[in-house]
Amino acid sequence: MTQSAYIYDAIRTPRGKGKRDGSLHEVKPVALGAGLLRELQRRHDLDTACVDDVVMGCVSPVGEQGGDIAKTIVQFADWHESVAGVQLDRFCASGLEAVNIAAMKIASGWEELVVAGGVESMSRVPMGAAGGAWINDPEVNVHDGAVPQGIGADTIATIEGWSREDVDAYAQASQLRAAAARASGYFDRSVVPVRDLNGMPILESDEFIKPDTSMDVLGQLRPSFAKMGAIGFDDLMLRKYPNLPAIDHVHTPGNSSGIVDGASAVLIGSEQAGRDLDLAPRGRIVTTAVLATDPTIMLTGPGPAAKKALQKAGMATADIDLFEINEAFASVALRFMKDLDISHEITNVNGGAIAMGHPLGATGAMLVGTVLDELERRNQKRALVALCVGGGQGIATIIERV
Amino acid sequence: MAERINGFIYDKDSDGLVTVTMDMDGPVNAMNGQYRVAMAETVTRLENEKDLKGVVITSAKSTFFAGGDLRALSSVAPGEEAGQFEMIEGGVKAPLRRLEKLPVPVVAAINGAALGGGLEICLACNHRIAWNSPKVSIGLPEVTLGLLPGGGGVVRSIHMLGLEKALPILMEGRHMPVNEAREAGLVDQMEEITTNLVEAAKQWIVSNPDAWQQSWDKKGHRIPGGDIWNPKVTQTLSAAPAMLYKKTRGLLPAPEKILDVAAQAVTVDIDTALRYESRALAYLITTPQAINLITTGFFQMNSVKSGASRPRGVERSTVKKVGILGAGMMGQGIAYASARAGIQVVLKDISLEAAEKGKAYSAALLDRQIERGRKTADDKQQLLDRILPTADDDELRGCDLIVEAVFENIELKARVTRQAEPFLAEGGIFGSNTSTLPIGQLAEVSAKPENFIGIHFFSPVDKMPLIEIICGRQTSDETLARAFDYAQQIRKTPIVVNDSLGFFTSRVFSTFLDEGARLLVEGLDPVLIDAMGKKIGMPVGPLAIQDEVSQELTRKAAETHREMGVLGSKGDNSCNIAVCERLIGEFGRGGRYHGGGYYEYLEDGSKQVWPTLYELYFRDDMEMPEGDIGDRLLFRQVIESLKCLQEGVLRSVADGNVGSLLGIGAPSWTGGFIQFVNTYGLQCFIDRCEALAEQYGERFRAPQIVREALEQGGTFH
Repeated sequence: MTQSAYIYDAIRTPRGKGKRDGSLHEVKPVALGAGLLRELQRRHDLDTACVDDVVMGCVSPVGEQGGDIAKTIVQFADWHESVAGVQLDRFCASGLEAVNIAAMKIASGWEELVVAGGVESMSRVPMGAAGGAWINDPEVNVHDGAVPQGIGADTIATIEGWSREDVDAYAQASQLRAAAARASGYFDRSVVPVRDLNGMPILESDEFIKPDTSMDVLGQLRPSFAKMGAIGFDDLMLRKYPNLPAIDHVHTPGNSSGIVDGASAVLIGSEQAGRDLDLAPRGRIVTTAVLATDPTIMLTGPGPAAKKALQKAGMATADIDLFEINEAFASVALRFMKDLDISHEITNVNGGAIAMGHPLGATGAMLVGTVLDELERRNQKRALVALCVGGGQGIATIIERV
Repeated sequence: MAERINGFIYDKDSDGLVTVTMDMDGPVNAMNGQYRVAMAETVTRLENEKDLKGVVITSAKSTFFAGGDLRALSSVAPGEEAGQFEMIEGGVKAPLRRLEKLPVPVVAAINGAALGGGLEICLACNHRIAWNSPKVSIGLPEVTLGLLPGGGGVVRSIHMLGLEKALPILMEGRHMPVNEAREAGLVDQMEEITTNLVEAAKQWIVSNPDAWQQSWDKKGHRIPGGDIWNPKVTQTLSAAPAMLYKKTRGLLPAPEKILDVAAQAVTVDIDTALRYESRALAYLITTPQAINLITTGFFQMNSVKSGASRPRGVERSTVKKVGILGAGMMGQGIAYASARAGIQVVLKDISLEAAEKGKAYSAALLDRQIERGRKTADDKQQLLDRILPTADDDELRGCDLIVEAVFENIELKARVTRQAEPFLAEGGIFGSNTSTLPIGQLAEVSAKPENFIGIHFFSPVDKMPLIEIICGRQTSDETLARAFDYAQQIRKTPIVVNDSLGFFTSRVFSTFLDEGARLLVEGLDPVLIDAMGKKIGMPVGPLAIQDEVSQELTRKAAETHREMGVLGSKGDNSCNIAVCERLIGEFGRGGRYHGGGYYEYLEDGSKQVWPTLYELYFRDDMEMPEGDIGDRLLFRQVIESLKCLQEGVLRSVADGNVGSLLGIGAPSWTGGFIQFVNTYGLQCFIDRCEALAEQYGERFRAPQIVREALEQGGTFH
């Protein structure tokens, strides 16, 4: 590593319900991203000409999210015309991948200041809109046996023997933690209200959280993936896991991540860039890791990715104060804690995507900000962020305060 | 003036309308070398025709066109794909493409079955008129032969009907009656009188002189239901592979390739898609699955059904009155199947009440069909009127055939045989529906052992298509022929085997159960064992099916055989018998209908492994490659089938293959348990057997007959 990659700031939009009646449905994805860039500029009185690149994750980069939306956001935010922009897609890890690539750009010494983040308006560009050969091309699909991730999540629960009550209990905790954190103002530093052209607020805080979630309410929800499983996807999964008599479909809308709209932006730079622009570093990226596991069950990558990151950093789980795992599904978080042998007490302490939602391309960078805020609030040092990723991939990033 | 072009009759009338009547050498028109020349030359002639106003294509045969030349296709060797591709592209597709591009309307006048290649010719026409007759069936059955419609059938049907409607036609390969084909959109017009077809076609041309361009060649053409950019289409394509896997377990490449070509058809232009379709067919032709499906599913099935195993020179017979002894599960099913075929049935049991109960089974089956709209109350009454329940032997008087279906007890069978036989009509025959007892021994009490034969039905009789006919040493050709005719009369497929313990089907099937039991005893997870049974393509895993058969039945049969001193003389079921006896003896687990066996059956209809089973046998440290588990379950059955052939229990390879497919549930991709060896490769098979024998036991040694066949450089046929 030539130089350290410092985190100078990390902000996000509130997460809006990703449906027609969601508050952010009227907001274009390009506006979600541009709002954050303008806020970074405003907060730090940033000379945007000093920014080398803007890296944005987006998982459905078609239509109004297509055509390198990162560069479009740069222009729409009226940043200096010298600033470049690139959109990337590593499925659900895109936001964290953007952070990691930005960190690598800085660490290599080839660039000095980069914005990393992501944008996803799931209400406007629905999940799956980008298609892809993996799912939609029968030849590839037959070859790989692609199974919807929810069935992968159900399979993890089946293998581990986690019941509907187990996953619901996890989901309830996520809701209660997120509600408490929001009420206590833990998210206030990072959440930037989305405003209309008159400056009127459209959405000021996360709207997906359901503070009064009870086990009873959760227990009444119907399994989301039983029907899909019955048409043949369960059979495809059991081909890979023939020791299982059947898949126990325990995941519901209540214990799976919510579909939401949102964007995130993390300002990452070298020590020199900070000095030149008079920015105070809040933390630094210690290391990053990415790998892949079985693509059929798809969601078991985070544990191995975290271990890979820890090993590269020469650390053990005991060196990490807080863990942040994207709650794609309850069983993913449970499996992550089991794989690393860590307690829920230090994992997703302010809830996660089950409560707040998972705006696919933006989430990874959001988690970096959320956990950095919490490290500061607790005056702790180190955190590890991980996500499960399409195709069985896993991603992890270790950050520490400086 | 009509003239012949290599088997096509070319006739241009004074109005400029050309009628092409396909009249190829042989009984049917087929897509062979003669056809390819005929069609190419005909199209060239049409292209050069002056004042051409339209073209009608019809047939001089009773079928319109029979499809591909399967004999030729099944002899193509791996490595010859390039030649096949050229033949499909240049020989079949190019002339059809030129035909549909003629600047005049081209109409198919479909006077008989148009299946496969026959329908593909029609799809390259602008309009299809079919004779509205039960003799005309329409469809693209290639998938059932391990192939795909490579003459443009996949691509054109999708452009015509859309992906959603075309996929079932392509993936299921059903033969459709005309009205259904009309509804599906494959036929545009129906004519009631076959001789009016050509005239109707000409009229259509005269009324639609501008209808010469195919919709897919018109500017702005849109595929019905949308192309790949339509979210509904991508949704269909993304779910289809899983739905297919559920049916085929990934064992059949043809429907997978059809899906792939279908996806291309909604993505690229028609000519590119047609070329892609040719590549896929060229690939499929040499796959073992296609060779197996064609060899057994077509040729051997036809040979069995046409009576290859029926003695020649015996006049065809029909049964008018059948007596059935025993109104239990089998007897009542036989009664139903016989009455359904219009035969008078006397259903006898020890009490009238028991016989009535047996008859009630038919009523229940018919009620279900009435519910589904397949039968009427009238049909039901007529069928039930043919079944006479009785407890009186006297009612059997005049039966052409008596079938006993009483318990598998040799004394009981002897008694009912002696009592009933005298009532047979002059020259009538006596059949035993035994699955475990030697026919020769049962025939000993018969006054006319030459008229005694085994007629082995499968349960449930109304659904299972197979009958295994067993000839005792003294059974006459005449008796065999009559049993054979009866099987066909009730629309079953008969195979003929010689008398030997377990005959063919039961003997082979029991090795599947036995190997399942061995895997269990060795410590494998029962769930895994059954999953591997399904993975090789068996309909149900060995432990699950043992529960259905019932451990109790297995135990009883073993007991009988032990008493007779023949236990273990044919096939080795010792492990399965021991496990069944232990389950019953120590734990009272006799099978599903005895309160549970390997599985527990829950009230909600689900089942789970009986937990104690894990305590009895499961070993945590047991690891075995999945490939070995699957091969063990498959090879046991294949080896036993080969032994049956070697010992002369099987009289023909075809009977063995068809019998294993229809009676034992041999996976269709194997083409039956003997055909499997042909495409696996005889030497490869021997090598694999030896490897399995080294690791898992002598029962896997390859039978001598394989080495002999290999030495003779041949295959099993």
